[in-house]
Amino acid sequence: MSRTGRRAGLFCLALVLLLLLNCTRLQVFQAKSLNDDAANQRSVIARYSQPRGNILVAGRTVTGSKQTGGIYAYQRTYTDGPLYAPVTGFSSQTYGNTLVEGVENDVLTGQDSRLSTRPLWDEISRASVPGGNVFTTINSKAQQAAFQGLGSKRGAVAALDPATGRILALASTPSYDPNGITGTGPATTADWTRLNADSTQPMLNRALRQTYPPGSTFKVVTLAAALQTGLYSGIDVPTDSPNPYTPKDTDHALTNESASDACLNATLEYALQVSCNTVFGKVGVDVGAKNMVKTAEAFGFNQTGQTVPVGVVKSNFDADLTSEAFLALSSIGQYDTAATPLEMAEVAAAVADNGVLMQPRLLDKVTRSDGSTVQTFGDKQFGRPVSADVAAEIQQAMVNVVENGTGTNAQISGAIVGGKTGTAQNGVGNSGTPYAWFISYAKPSASAASPVAVAVVIEDSNANRADISGGGLAAPIAKAVMQAVLNS
Amino acid sequence: MAATAAQATPPAPEAAKAPRRRWVELVLVVVAVAIAAYGYADVGYNLDGKVPADTLRYGLSLGALALIAHLCVRLRAAYADPLLLPIAVLLNGLGLVVIYRLDRATPGNSSAPSQLIWSTIGVLLFSAVVLLLRDYRILQRYAYVLAFATLLLMIVPIFLPSVYGAKIWIKIGPLSFQPGELAKIALAIFFAAYLAVHRDALALTGRKVWKLELPRGRNLGPIVVIWLASAAILFLEQDLGTLLIFFGLFVIMLYVATGRTGWIAVGLLMVGLAVVPVALWEPHVHVRFVDWLDPMRTIHQGKGPSQLAQSLFSFAAGGMLGTGLGLGHSYLIGFAMKSDWILATFGEELGLVGLAALFLLYAILVVRGYRTGRLLRDPFGRLLAIGLATLLALQVFVVAGGVTDLIPLTGMTMPFLAQGGSSLVTNWILIALLVKLSDAARRPEPPVPLIVAPTPDSPGRAVRAEGADPAQRGHSAGDGRDEGPDGEETQAVPQP
Repeated sequence: MSRTGRRAGLFCLALVLLLLLNCTRLQVFQAKSLNDDAANQRSVIARYSQPRGNILVAGRTVTGSKQTGGIYAYQRTYTDGPLYAPVTGFSSQTYGNTLVEGVENDVLTGQDSRLSTRPLWDEISRASVPGGNVFTTINSKAQQAAFQGLGSKRGAVAALDPATGRILALASTPSYDPNGITGTGPATTADWTRLNADSTQPMLNRALRQTYPPGSTFKVVTLAAALQTGLYSGIDVPTDSPNPYTPKDTDHALTNESASDACLNATLEYALQVSCNTVFGKVGVDVGAKNMVKTAEAFGFNQTGQTVPVGVVKSNFDADLTSEAFLALSSIGQYDTAATPLEMAEVAAAVADNGVLMQPRLLDKVTRSDGSTVQTFGDKQFGRPVSADVAAEIQQAMVNVVENGTGTNAQISGAIVGGKTGTAQNGVGNSGTPYAWFISYAKPSASAASPVAVAVVIEDSNANRADISGGGLAAPIAKAVMQAVLNS
Repeated sequence: MAATAAQATPPAPEAAKAPRRRWVELVLVVVAVAIAAYGYADVGYNLDGKVPADTLRYGLSLGALALIAHLCVRLRAAYADPLLLPIAVLLNGLGLVVIYRLDRATPGNSSAPSQLIWSTIGVLLFSAVVLLLRDYRILQRYAYVLAFATLLLMIVPIFLPSVYGAKIWIKIGPLSFQPGELAKIALAIFFAAYLAVHRDALALTGRKVWKLELPRGRNLGPIVVIWLASAAILFLEQDLGTLLIFFGLFVIMLYVATGRTGWIAVGLLMVGLAVVPVALWEPHVHVRFVDWLDPMRTIHQGKGPSQLAQSLFSFAAGGMLGTGLGLGHSYLIGFAMKSDWILATFGEELGLVGLAALFLLYAILVVRGYRTGRLLRDPFGRLLAIGLATLLALQVFVVAGGVTDLIPLTGMTMPFLAQGGSSLVTNWILIALLVKLSDAARRPEPPVPLIVAPTPDSPGRAVRAEGADPAQRGHSAGDGRDEGPDGEETQAVPQP
């Protein structure tokens, strides 16, 4: 029995050894893949185990965190939910993260390796690093002015600092309160369902994620192409354009909104002032598809994967137009031409910045919880769509629009304002409610740089159709936003 | 130390050479209680940022329990192995800590208080066994009684409604008890008693059929009948874990007693024959086999992680050093996290290092059990010590292997750690028996002769053991041989 007993004992010890080997397999060799398994809740629990870092607007936090008492210890709160929802997005324990909450999630949760001041020790001790803070470029006054201006109307506003590309306002209405969907449970689910079922799409960020036909505001791009290619030497040269204008491959004549406008062979300045479709349709065809595409792309059209660092959808100008009829329509911002409000703000900003287009950005810097800086977002030039001289010409034409043309509603006393209205046709045969556009910039004096460029779009189905015009609906909002920036 | 111990009981001349090591035991018990108390304080500190106010009370009550057990050992098992009790105290204490920790994750459902009551009952039963069981060899006399009582106890739950898919509980009011737990010990005693008497017949006689030497039916009969009966009951109760442990115990004890390796092959074959159909067709067990092969199956099906997957996540989250007590998320396992799955919490919060220490503690218990077996000279005691140690080892393997996906899950409880009264009480009795056995093994004077009632199979031999050959006094109703077929250790036993 001694020998067999010893063997049985060794067998029992072998069993224990087997257990240890198996635990080593789990805890050392397979640990990473098990930890990273999507079904493993631990990463989510860890993410919500401490207060989330904050998102700041003009140095003040617009977010917060509260304890839940559940396994996801902390839940996001928003101090001015609907006002900043188009900037912050939401951070929901149930539905994930969007916009800034999404792109800077690692920083806000403290998981970004750059936040750790003693990486090796934190790795070993598994200490959790407090979430970092994200500073936005938003100007709170401009943001408030944009929301107040939009009011109950459906639409969006994007405002930029032309010299730096900083996004000063990003508004989308109707907005929503992200506080309702940050947690878990039936109330969160109900709110989520309600928001998604809402036909007005409150969670859609219209400033970044929705494109509209830009209508007449696109004439600024066409004007830029005409001057930059040298088709016309200046804005006061009479154009070679009939009224009405019928491109050679169609029998549909292009007409103007008002028959009383003197668009026949009008100067570019006058054509912009009263928004002649015939002039800019003909100019686009004369410039040619190739040059139109080139200019539009230099202003930021057809750009895929644009981020600010929040993703922006592509604004479109058809690159394969062969028909003159469609080229003419595209050149006045119709047919397939589509732009986000941010893109049209970029057009205005490039003009205001003397032809230089800066890359729009929404973030200033990222700091640790103790305030030390982790990352600063610098200014970056996107391109130079037009020369300074051409930009000056366009500025003059845009100022003329506000002073004498369709954009008088945007006048600000004591400041120089340039703008362009747009009333874009919508739907087949213009059956939908038109979109009211206004793009503009403003500067305190002729010699000063412009601190603000703005694009406004209204898609208000409730408005009286006759009242819908860029100058009537959108220009006052743009004015309020520009004033807010000029005064701040 | 030996001098101090000597004052407790008048020293026998041999006692000077055979240290009793009771002070070692006391120191280790105090260390074990301190470790458990520290664990309790650590849980509180990690969860609340401060040491719980009742840490001292917890430590003192555990210490008081351990002290009672220790005093009983001093009184009636002075030569017992000094490692057994401290390890049991440590394991029980750690179990309480982790159950308390899991209580904190399940508000409104606390199990630590009742576990503390069961611990008290366990220690009291331990003390009772140590105090009252004068000589373990008495158990041999009641082997058949124990076996049939066991069968009876195990039959009862078949007629009761099943609880969580297995018919293994007897529920009386708020108390529930698994007779199968106690049956393990009873069966080990029965196997030891039977094999002690019949091992030679099983080893040396038999018919040769082709290349296999089969033992005679009348030698093997009773043991197979008892075993088959309990296996059938287990099968009906759908408690595969206990079946596996019974089976392993049976095969290993048979092998140790007879020295015939063929038993291992036969055993494995029988395990295969029993397990395959159950695994294929019995839904409750089949699911566990499928889960074993692919623990992430439910995730791929979109149903979320199964308990086994959650357990594996726990172990992985623990890594080498663990998250620290109270800082893991093993509560995600949900149902039975405090009983069947408790090892996952150890794995997550104490890491591989903690698990290694834990397995080491069990390994020491097992090794000490086997050592006791080697030191004992009577076949019954020897087989019983080995059987009890094997029981522990198998249980640890089956449970730990199940929750770490090494083998299919069987739904058993980790000895001393897991929530559950029957298991805890049973294991305390098991340790008490080992303590008594080791006391007898290490005691310098030979055991007091025991008047053994003739067993049905060997009346003549029992008589001979009583008086015919003085050299064999002190041995149980064996066949008069010290050794099995391998024929070692034929040293003479000194006269009292």
